Amino acid sequence: MSNRYEARFSAVGGQGVLLAGQVLASAGQKYEGRYSIQTPTYTAQVRGGPTKVDVILDDEPIMYPETTAINFFLSLAQGSYNAFLHDLRSDAIVVVDPNLVTKINPKYKTYQVPVIEITKAKIGKMIMSAVMALGIMIELTGAVSKEAIEKALIDAAPKGTEELNLKALHLGYEEATRLKQGG
Amino acid sequence: MAKAAIDYLYYLRADKLPHMWCPGCGIGIVVKAMIGAIDDLGWDKNDIAVISGIGCTSRAPGYLDMNTLHTTHGRALTFATGVKMAQSTKHVIVISGDGDATAIGGNHFIHACRRNIDITEIIVNNNIYGMTGGQFSPTTPYGAKAATTPYGNIDPSFDLVELAKGAGATYVARASVDNGRMMQKLLRDGMEHHGFSVIEVLANCHTQFGRRNKMSDAVTMIDWIANRVVAKAKADKMTLEELEGKVITGLMYQNKERPEYTDEYDKLIERVQAKTSAKAGSGK
Amino acid sequence: MSSDRSDGSGIVFWQGNEVVAEAAIAAGCRFYAGYPITPSSEIAHVMAERLPQVGGKFIQMEDEIASMGAIIGASLTGVKSMTATSGPGFSLKMENIGYAYMAEVPCVIVNVMRGGPSTGLPTAIGQSDVQQARWGTHGDHPTIALAPAFHREIYLSTIKAFNLSEKYRIPVMLMLDEVLAHMSEGMRVPEPSDYHLVDRVKPSVTPEEYFPYDTRFGDVPPMASYFEGFRFHVTGLNHTKTGFPTTNPDICQSEEERMIRKVMKDADALAEYESYLLDDAEIAIYAFGSTARGARGAVDEARKQGIKVGLFRAITLWPFPDKAIYALAKRVKAFVVPEVNLGQMIQEVERAAHRDMPIVGVNKVGGIPIPPSEILSKIKEVAKNG
Repeated sequence: MSNRYEARFSAVGGQGVLLAGQVLASAGQKYEGRYSIQTPTYTAQVRGGPTKVDVILDDEPIMYPETTAINFFLSLAQGSYNAFLHDLRSDAIVVVDPNLVTKINPKYKTYQVPVIEITKAKIGKMIMSAVMALGIMIELTGAVSKEAIEKALIDAAPKGTEELNLKALHLGYEEATRLKQGG
Repeated sequence: MAKAAIDYLYYLRADKLPHMWCPGCGIGIVVKAMIGAIDDLGWDKNDIAVISGIGCTSRAPGYLDMNTLHTTHGRALTFATGVKMAQSTKHVIVISGDGDATAIGGNHFIHACRRNIDITEIIVNNNIYGMTGGQFSPTTPYGAKAATTPYGNIDPSFDLVELAKGAGATYVARASVDNGRMMQKLLRDGMEHHGFSVIEVLANCHTQFGRRNKMSDAVTMIDWIANRVVAKAKADKMTLEELEGKVITGLMYQNKERPEYTDEYDKLIERVQAKTSAKAGSGK
Repeated sequence: MSSDRSDGSGIVFWQGNEVVAEAAIAAGCRFYAGYPITPSSEIAHVMAERLPQVGGKFIQMEDEIASMGAIIGASLTGVKSMTATSGPGFSLKMENIGYAYMAEVPCVIVNVMRGGPSTGLPTAIGQSDVQQARWGTHGDHPTIALAPAFHREIYLSTIKAFNLSEKYRIPVMLMLDEVLAHMSEGMRVPEPSDYHLVDRVKPSVTPEEYFPYDTRFGDVPPMASYFEGFRFHVTGLNHTKTGFPTTNPDICQSEEERMIRKVMKDADALAEYESYLLDDAEIAIYAFGSTARGARGAVDEARKQGIKVGLFRAITLWPFPDKAIYALAKRVKAFVVPEVNLGQMIQEVERAAHRDMPIVGVNKVGGIPIPPSEILSKIKEVAKNG
């Protein structure tokens, strides 16, 4: 039985969302035995412009490789929010950084988390913002298990940065838990 | 020291003769000098690839009993680059006409020079497209008549020596069909040179060029060449005024220091493999 | 043994382009010449990294024409060779692709299809080079072109492309599209036990008895390599069995016929395809590449709605599966042919079906893939009218 899950992480070039997409796909495929496809914006056309990565997970082999009904959407920039806010399910969950995305479409259930600010304050490295956002996503959606995402994150993290990456991920869990409790 | 006479037939595919060139054509002189050079170097004909494009000159490989490749117009150097990259210990010689090598093949020519890949390119420059019917080429002199310059050529022409030098060839020479002995020596040294060698050979096409420019027989045309050329050593002692209208022949440039391309790639392989096996050894 | 570029888990997340490059290495490709062009460049990136590791050679040539010439040259010395390109680059290679047909030199050409004629849509999907793959170079010749749709299939089809080129002494086209080339589909890397490798047949005679196009041994003559003592001649001119030019009408006729026959006599076996729910189908979809993946989604949805539809997913584009389509046309009432072009393979379906029946296209050339919903609408429309 198809259990297709579609996620889209978007930002402006260099915010690390491509890595987040890769970690999500490999968590599903390597550690949960599911199928995955990830399609990044083609790098030849992005140098600092809006960028995204689409991830599809399914229990069955994936046929159509493009997203058509997105379950989760993240945006860390207004430009990417405007460019890529399409093909979302009506019940999609959206997470944005309110310092960077100020005009939001009220149609979707949107969580506003100052991801960059929190990461900068608590981790010290802006590049970890996408990892923190990934933590928020996992806590909110349960798209893959925490065990799987953590293993995949350790695989993908550059040597010596594993702990810092896990810290950023957990920061995301905590923030999302607070959001859920706060309603 | 007396040398044994060269057994030309040993290097030729005798069953393909007589050749298809016009009586008196300069290309035959070039083929003879090539064989002499190869014989002098003592190369095994099994280890030689002779590669050409399209045109009268490009028919030469067919007569040579070697590994021969007659490719598409202007592309001989591209095929030759593949052959040399794949088998870098073998000898690769390209023989082209002026139109083939420097018009349609001009881009390949400058890049082969730039890489300094160990290929010898002989450009038989007869200032015309012979096979296709006498159209002007990038080396047709200003004012000359050709099938496509009925009112005289207004296209400036290439100086192939300067072009090769500027593009990075590390052996550049100019020979002429009136002096087979000098040509053989320059071809020999060019073949021996480890890097990209260009030998321009001034040749006669009395059929297509001469006929349209008042030199319709081989002797008149070869005389025209002979009267224009000045050997490098002599030219060095002449004034600019004296050199007006002359063409200098001989070794024009050689650089033995610049790295050769396939050597560089072999070093790269060594470096990469050392790194890869070190990585494998560390258990990563 | 898994590749150097996998992490040891056996599962990789390579882009389609990376899959092609890794598979080429596995197939024994040891020479690559290319020129940068979107969206195929990543194939060159990986080959530049991987070839020296295995003792092979990579060269970035001055243009597409040169890349094609270089791989033919390398192949003549016995080295399996490949180039990759897209759009305008495919057009530029056509001259020397024709040479490889004429001189019967094995090699593999990858075309990652992008949108539009000319410069078109460099970063977006197209499937509009499929007829060019068949007829792009001048003159008559057979064509083998493969269009896999899944990453593991891309891997195996790349190996197959090398195998067929060696078996038939022919350039073989591997036709991807931008979507497949840039998406990363998690996959388990095929093991060497999952495929076999084919090498060209070498001469069994002495150099004195050898002719490069000697048909005593069949329609695919054994092929010597340069520098092995055979000292043979190769030309793009029509030639006799000796490799030397001829204008003899009978020889030109019989040799050109042989070059087509050597492939076409195996056309049925070469036509690889996957049938999905075609047994009871009243409507058949013909699709290939990434479009076929969307088509399969459309078939599933239509079935749920009670429409008897199935999918003929072509993996071999050329030779076209004439017999299979003809047989299918006798059983179904209509064909739907979605493709990211304005109607290219549909002409072959019409030709092979050889029947007066609805054969309708779903055609998009805006640089975006055809979503299953649009294929579904067409299926429903055809079902209603049928």
